Amino acid sequence: MTDDGQYSSDTSIVVDSVTKSFTLRYHRTAKQVAVALVRGHDISDTFQAVDDVSFTVKQGESVGLMGLNGSGKSTLLKLIQGVMPPDSGTILTRGRIAGLIATGAGFHPQLTGRENVYLNAAVMGMTEQWTARNFDEIVEFSGFGKRLDTPVGNYSSGQYARLGFSVAIHIDSDIFLADEVLAVGDKPFKEKCIEKMEEVRKSGRTLFYVSHSAGSVRRMCDRVLVLEDGKLGFDGDVDEGIRYVKYDEGPDDRPTDEELGADI
Amino acid sequence: MADTLPLDGTGATPSRVVDAPLAPPSADQGLVGVFKRRYLLRLLVRREISARYQGSVLGLAWSYVNPLSQFCIYFFIMGTIFSLHDSIPNFAIHIFSALIISHYFTETLNAGTRSIIRNKSLVRKLAMPREMFPVASMLVSLYHVFPQLVIIVIAALFYGWSPTLSGFAAFLIAMLLMGVLGTACALVCSAANVFFRDIGSAVGIMTNLIRFSVPMIYSYSMVDERFGRFADYYVLNPIADAVMLFQQAFWIPTISDAKLAEQERLPGNLLELGLIGLGVSLVLLVLAQLLFNKLDDRIPDRLT
Repeated sequence: MTDDGQYSSDTSIVVDSVTKSFTLRYHRTAKQVAVALVRGHDISDTFQAVDDVSFTVKQGESVGLMGLNGSGKSTLLKLIQGVMPPDSGTILTRGRIAGLIATGAGFHPQLTGRENVYLNAAVMGMTEQWTARNFDEIVEFSGFGKRLDTPVGNYSSGQYARLGFSVAIHIDSDIFLADEVLAVGDKPFKEKCIEKMEEVRKSGRTLFYVSHSAGSVRRMCDRVLVLEDGKLGFDGDVDEGIRYVKYDEGPDDRPTDEELGADI
Repeated sequence: MADTLPLDGTGATPSRVVDAPLAPPSADQGLVGVFKRRYLLRLLVRREISARYQGSVLGLAWSYVNPLSQFCIYFFIMGTIFSLHDSIPNFAIHIFSALIISHYFTETLNAGTRSIIRNKSLVRKLAMPREMFPVASMLVSLYHVFPQLVIIVIAALFYGWSPTLSGFAAFLIAMLLMGVLGTACALVCSAANVFFRDIGSAVGIMTNLIRFSVPMIYSYSMVDERFGRFADYYVLNPIADAVMLFQQAFWIPTISDAKLAEQERLPGNLLELGLIGLGVSLVLLVLAQLLFNKLDDRIPDRLT
C-alpha cells in the first residue's frame, strides 16, 4: 500500500485528488420515507465536503488551513488523521500523528480527566510508561489541579479544550494537527499555546493549523491553504493567502481582530 | 520544560528525519489491529467495567443481581409450580449453569450492539480500529463470568460435584464457542446499529428468545421426548450446545449415576457438536469482519 518511491523522503503528508461526500438523510423512519416518496420529495442528498483536493506537505513545514465555516476544513483534518477514509483519492502520512479535531478532542464525558489523558495518549499510540512519565507535565501545562479526578463532563468547554490541547501537544508526534485550538482558551492560555506550538514548529514537526485568526496564522505558518466549498482555492504564500480569504481587509469599518478576540 | 521532550533541535534548523514509511493514516484496522494495540484495549475494558454502573450505589453487584433474580424466578416458578424439581435432578445447578453461559453471550451481544454509539465521542474524533468497542464489550462480559463461576463451583461442590477431564474440555469449548460467536454477532450488530437504531431493539427481543431456546428451564431430555425428530434441529443451535456443554461440566457430575445421566440427558455427540459449532463460529467471525469493513467507512459520518 505504501507509495514511497514516488515521493521524496522528506514528504510528510500527501493528499492526492481526495474527495469525501456526506449523505444527508431527511427522513429516518419507514413511514417518513414512504410519505416523501409518494409526494416526490428527495429522501436524501449528498454534498461534497472535500472535493478533489491535492497537495503535499514536506516534513517540518507549517501549514495554515483557512476557509469559512463549513468549507471542509475539519473533514480534511479528519481524513488526514485517519478517523475516516476518503471516498476516492489517496492520503499518505509519514510517522505518528497527534492532534485534536475541534475542541476537546475525543474525550469520554464519563471518564475523569486523568483517565481521559491516559486514553487519549493510548489512542495516539503512546505507552502507559510514557504517559505516566509525562503526566505531570501535561497536567501542569493544562493548568489543572485537583479537578482532574472528576468526570470531564463537568468541565467547562475551555477546560475541556485545554486538557485536550495539552495531551496532543505533548505527544512526541511527527505531524501535529490543530483544529481551532485557540478558539476557547483565555488569553494567558492562548499565549502559552502559541509558544508551545512555535516550539513544536522549531523541533521540525509538521504543523497543520486550522484557524480563523490572520494574526496567529501569520506568526505560525509558512504556507497557507484555503478551502472554498470543499475545493482547494489557494495554496501558497501566507500573506497572499490571508488576503485571499479577505481576513485582512483593514480596520476601516469592520471590527478589528482585537475586538473579535482573535489577537496575538 | 522541554527537557523531557525528545526534540531534535530547539535551534533554528528544522531537520527532523522521520524513519517511517508513507502510509495511509488509517492503517492497523480490523481485529488484527485490535490485538496489536492491547494496551488501548485494556484501557477501554477497564473504562467499561468502571463506567457501566457509575453513579449506582450497588455498583458491580448489579451484574449479579440480574442473573440471580432470573435464577430465583425460574427456580421457584418453574421448579415449584411446574414441579420440575422432580423430573430434573439438582434443578438449581441445571438452571444456573445454563444461565451463566447464556448470560455471557447475551451480555456480549447487548453491550456490544450499543458499544460504538455509546463511545461516539471517541469514534468521531480519534483514529483507532473501531472493532475495539465490541471486542471490549465481550471482554467485559467475560470478566463478569468469573465470579459467577466461583459461585457455581461452590454450589456444585455442595451437591457432590467433582471435576472431570471431559467436563473441563466441555467447559473450555463452551466458553470459546460463546466468546467467538458473541464477538461475531456483536461486531455486525454494533456497526448495523449505527445505521439503524432498530437493531438495538431487535437484539433485546433476541435476548428473550435465546433464553427460551436453550435447555435452561426445561431439560434436553424433554425436547428429545416431546419433539422426537425435531431434536436433531434443536442441537444445531450453538448457544444450546454451549449450554449443554456447561451442564456436562457442572450439572452431570452432581447426579449420582453420572454416566447413565449423561447418556440419557444430553445428546451423545455433544463435544463433536460443540467443536463443529466453534468451527462455524470462526468462519462467521471472518464474515463479520468483512461486513464490518464494508460498514466501517461510513460510521463516523452517521454518528451524529
